Amino acid sequence: MATLIIDGQTVHAEEGQTILEVARENGIEIPTLCYHPLLETYGACRLCTVEVIRHGRSKLETACTHPAWDGLEIKTHSTDVNEVRKVILGLFLSRCPEVPIIQDLARQYGVTEPPFPPEDLEQKCILCGLCVRVCHELVKADVLNFSQRGIDRQVGPPFLEKTRQCIGCGACTIICPTGAIEIVLEEAAIYGAKPLGPTSAVWVPSMQAVPRVPVIDKDSCIHFRQLDRSEGEIVDACQACQMLCEADAINFDQQDEILELDVGTVIVATGFEMWDPHKLSQYSYGKSPNVITGLEFERLSNSAGISGGEILTAEGDKPERVAIIHCVGSRDHNAHEYCSRFCCMYSLKHAHLVRDKTDAEVYEFYMDMRTFGSGYEEFYERIQKEEGITMVRGRGASVEVLRDGKLRVKGEDADLGELVHVDVDMVVLSSAVEAPHDADQVGSMLGLSRKQDGFFAEAHPKLRPVETNTEGVFLAGAAQGPKDVPDTVGHAGAAASMALALLDKGEVTISPQVAVVDEKLCSACKTCLSLCPYTAISFIDEENVARVNEALCKGCGTCVAACPAGAITARHFTTEQIMAQIEGLFRLPETEEELVEAEVEGVGS
Amino acid sequence: MSNNGKDFEPRIVGFLCNWCTYAAADTAGVSRMTQAPNVDVIRVMCSGRVDPAFVLKAFAEGADGVIVSGCHPPGDCHYNNGNYKTFRRMPLLEAMLQQYGIEEGRFHWGWISGAEAPKWAKLVNEFTEQVRDLGPLNWKRQLSSKEE
Repeated sequence: MATLIIDGQTVHAEEGQTILEVARENGIEIPTLCYHPLLETYGACRLCTVEVIRHGRSKLETACTHPAWDGLEIKTHSTDVNEVRKVILGLFLSRCPEVPIIQDLARQYGVTEPPFPPEDLEQKCILCGLCVRVCHELVKADVLNFSQRGIDRQVGPPFLEKTRQCIGCGACTIICPTGAIEIVLEEAAIYGAKPLGPTSAVWVPSMQAVPRVPVIDKDSCIHFRQLDRSEGEIVDACQACQMLCEADAINFDQQDEILELDVGTVIVATGFEMWDPHKLSQYSYGKSPNVITGLEFERLSNSAGISGGEILTAEGDKPERVAIIHCVGSRDHNAHEYCSRFCCMYSLKHAHLVRDKTDAEVYEFYMDMRTFGSGYEEFYERIQKEEGITMVRGRGASVEVLRDGKLRVKGEDADLGELVHVDVDMVVLSSAVEAPHDADQVGSMLGLSRKQDGFFAEAHPKLRPVETNTEGVFLAGAAQGPKDVPDTVGHAGAAASMALALLDKGEVTISPQVAVVDEKLCSACKTCLSLCPYTAISFIDEENVARVNEALCKGCGTCVAACPAGAITARHFTTEQIMAQIEGLFRLPETEEELVEAEVEGVGS
Repeated sequence: MSNNGKDFEPRIVGFLCNWCTYAAADTAGVSRMTQAPNVDVIRVMCSGRVDPAFVLKAFAEGADGVIVSGCHPPGDCHYNNGNYKTFRRMPLLEAMLQQYGIEEGRFHWGWISGAEAPKWAKLVNEFTEQVRDLGPLNWKRQLSSKEE
């Protein structure tokens, strides 16, 4: 333990600490541009120069490289120090006249004009080497290094050419104090896929996330990307978050796990996916950044979103006019024919949010307004009367991107019987919802059938909306079809209580529709054994007969139809019963009473 | 029953599996789809339960046409692979029916899922017209005359 004095304050230092580290720990400000706690110190910018007094002798040293020896006295803002920093900042300002952080620092030290005429107004690099060190020490890609000497010294990839070594992680751009590095991503798709989503590699999914902890996005995390890129060779790239986390909560080895659980019931709550509006090109989705979907609008207006909840166009301006187009991909023979049900209400909410947060005029293009829930119609009335939303009855037909970047929405106003168009700054497409793309896999895993619209089929469209045809499997929410929040909550509650009722009983009531073997007739041919999809039939060697396990049998009757001896009957679907049904269909009425009955039912001719 | 082609109302028996085609027929009804009233439905739990004897029995009792319909192969069957059994039995039965003098167009077997109510209604209408064009089968009378 060393004891030293910084600016008259007695402080203690651990073995191996530098003056800068000790000063920072004690809240003493020393300016620097080339220091980062996770990287080797380098002493490049010289801004952290301090006066070090040892054995009565004073010397100017860089605080980031000088060890915090016992007995030192440090002056961080003495006249000599300030003079030196003034000179250094003057030189920086002459080299990089347009960099805000250097301008600010220079101004603090009274330097307002560059002492030498700047050669290159575009120059932003101060050769601090942070990017070189982060690329070497943390990312371990070794893409960046210094080249040339003297006034030609520069930073860049080998021969300043594009290199495959670079994984495009962006660590250099983030660490660069002057914003001198820009990454041009060829694989822009990685970021493009999350245009309004999180932008960093570690993030909390939402403010309301449970549990509210950060997760690592493997697509943008340097560690995982370098691991992938080098096929596992570089195993210790970055890990900066792990080094900094005081709780030691970050574990890169954690893998996705497949858990095998024995359960009594299954609730399928796989939800929906947003339909991709690229598929209808007339809406210009993707052609202008100001054509967004309803979900992207939600992200934009969220206070945790990229604009802090402000509704801005891609240019960063407040929109003056916004159009909202209903039924994009819903109720459309070229996309989904069904109604996505909750878009009308969220579109009205979006109109309300635009009016609430901006002064923009709002135009809603709708075919029919489906405000079916409690209080919905009243909300619809309110936003028309009190908030002055312009409602245009008629599907928005197309969105055209004009030369000045504005968007022209064309459509028919069915009330006026005229074609109308309006030029706006932002278009929100209330796009359809659809069944998840892998619903067929979930369906075949659980034996669920799907309806024409692709969502899972309930056992009965009116009377059994939660159950499925597979016993013990229930549907909750939008997995069964588009639903708004109250409907989803109601449906999910019903699914939960049905599942609980089954679990609580502790035993399962099976259908009596099972196959039984008449053992007197069984000829022991074993035909049925291989046919049973549930291995419910076993052969009893001692008695030389086949026997059905009634708990396993589902009553399909396949064995019944196949039994050559006619020894198996399907309860409630016995051969006699079905034959009697067939006979009954063609039986001519005999007595007068039957004749009257038959005439009433329209049987016979 | 008149033999006049236009007045003739064919009698058709449909053996439908509980989970797919019966559900489709139910949905077609619930959805108020227009269907010919000529098909009488007999529900079975699985199309694999349809013993070829049922089809013969229906024809023998006086049916002019028979439909057997279940779940789409491969994966739709509620009982994993009952429809495969149907798939194997029905072509054999079809060949046999022709040997009995029952024309090809009087027997239809196939797959209609629970989501395909319109397909069921279409099948009912088209098959009814097809059988109407073929005229009455009168197999029952033929059988009894031979017995005599």
